[in-house]
Amino acid sequence: MKGFIKDTLLGFKSLLVGMRITAKEFFTPKITVHYPHETEEMPARFRGHITLTANNTGDPKCVACGMCVRACPSNCMTLTSEKPEGSKKKILTSYTLDFTRCSLCGSCIESCKFDAIKFSKVYNHVSTKKEDFYYDLMANLKKEVEEGKIND
Amino acid sequence: MSLTLINVIAAAFIAVAFVATNAAYLVWCERKGAAFIQRRPGPTENGPWGLFQPPVDGIKLMTKQLMIPGGVDKVLFMVAPVLAMFPALVSFVTLPFSENIVAHDMEIGVLVIFAMASFAGLALLLAGWSSRNKYSMIASVRAVSQTIAYEIPMLITAITVVLIAGSANFTEIVHQQSGGFWNWNLSPVKPGLFNIFMPISFIIFFICSLAETNRAPFDLGEAESELVAGFHTEYSSMGFGLFFMGEYANIVVGACLTTLLFLGGWDAPLPFLSFIPGVVWFLLKIYTLIFTFIWIRWTFPRTTIYGLLNLSWKILLPLSLTNLLLTAGFIKVFG
Repeated sequence: MKGFIKDTLLGFKSLLVGMRITAKEFFTPKITVHYPHETEEMPARFRGHITLTANNTGDPKCVACGMCVRACPSNCMTLTSEKPEGSKKKILTSYTLDFTRCSLCGSCIESCKFDAIKFSKVYNHVSTKKEDFYYDLMANLKKEVEEGKIND
Repeated sequence: MSLTLINVIAAAFIAVAFVATNAAYLVWCERKGAAFIQRRPGPTENGPWGLFQPPVDGIKLMTKQLMIPGGVDKVLFMVAPVLAMFPALVSFVTLPFSENIVAHDMEIGVLVIFAMASFAGLALLLAGWSSRNKYSMIASVRAVSQTIAYEIPMLITAITVVLIAGSANFTEIVHQQSGGFWNWNLSPVKPGLFNIFMPISFIIFFICSLAETNRAPFDLGEAESELVAGFHTEYSSMGFGLFFMGEYANIVVGACLTTLLFLGGWDAPLPFLSFIPGVVWFLLKIYTLIFTFIWIRWTFPRTTIYGLLNLSWKILLPLSLTNLLLTAGFIKVFG
């Protein structure tokens, strides 16, 4: 009988402890990010597909040396360049990335001596077509520059 | 009170509107409460703070097809959801919200409410029996044993209150508790009674009303993790909707009953606060109780069927009987 009363009282006390915990949780601030309406800033080391970077004048920093193409283990990118009359440097004419092959290893970025490519912060590119993942990075860069989003 | 036709229609209309609004918006409260306890924001998309969620859910339920599975007992299958909702509605006829806000003030008000409340078990039994589904069947067996087990301590505690008030009329019961919170039946120092076991009695009644409405942690009738959806496994569309609304309507009835019997009904907790209309106090009290219902649901895990029946027969029943005897004695001594 004594044990029965003790058990009942202890059980009731444990219920109250539980109620106190949930009451406390009820008033804790909620940190949910309401995804389609607001998005989190991606962390600095986030790896999206690679993008070209621009210099002050808005042209790509790339000198078309081809080190990245050689470093890539999956042959993701192809670049073309030309040497205008009287110029010493080659300029980039096209840079395409086949993101379907890329494993985001970062060898291309490590190999680049001119900081001409970097990881983007794109994480939500979705498509049912394979072709949508063949990025024309020159066009993308041009668009970024026009929108005034040049950042090193 | 004269019961003219207009009075009857007005009362019925108000009761239906009150129950429907409450049933719809208590779902919203439940979802918000659950979310906040689990550190989520809950429904937010439809309207400000997700306030349009209940009407949208209602439209969705009503536009779905009402499936009647092959081999069911059609009549009972259709009657069960109505029987889940209707008694809760009828209960509001005799529940007073304030001195004058009552459809029909009956002398046997308490009895009517309990008669109607016992229909809930019947609805679950019919739903489970007629569904031709083993899970529904098990659920209905459980639900019936549960309702019977908890009706007895609930009735005994109600009898205790009726004994104190000397009447089964709700208005009388509330009048007898008026004049501040120490006069409520909940209070251990109620003048003329001084029964220190009344708080325990209140807790017994509260636990029983949780079990009677099949709420967690006593929701063995629809134990999702064991019985799919219990007695309403085979129900779709508004059949399910009526069960859902019936559950919430029963919660409101349970909260009203607890308020009237133990928390002084529309009586202000302190006498100088009685300039605020009684109906405000009444609604405040029932919604506090309903919030506690939700709070409890999202705190405790479901009991086992044995634990549930043990709690009723071995703890609540002896305690409530003891309290009934003691109350009779206290009334004799102090009354």
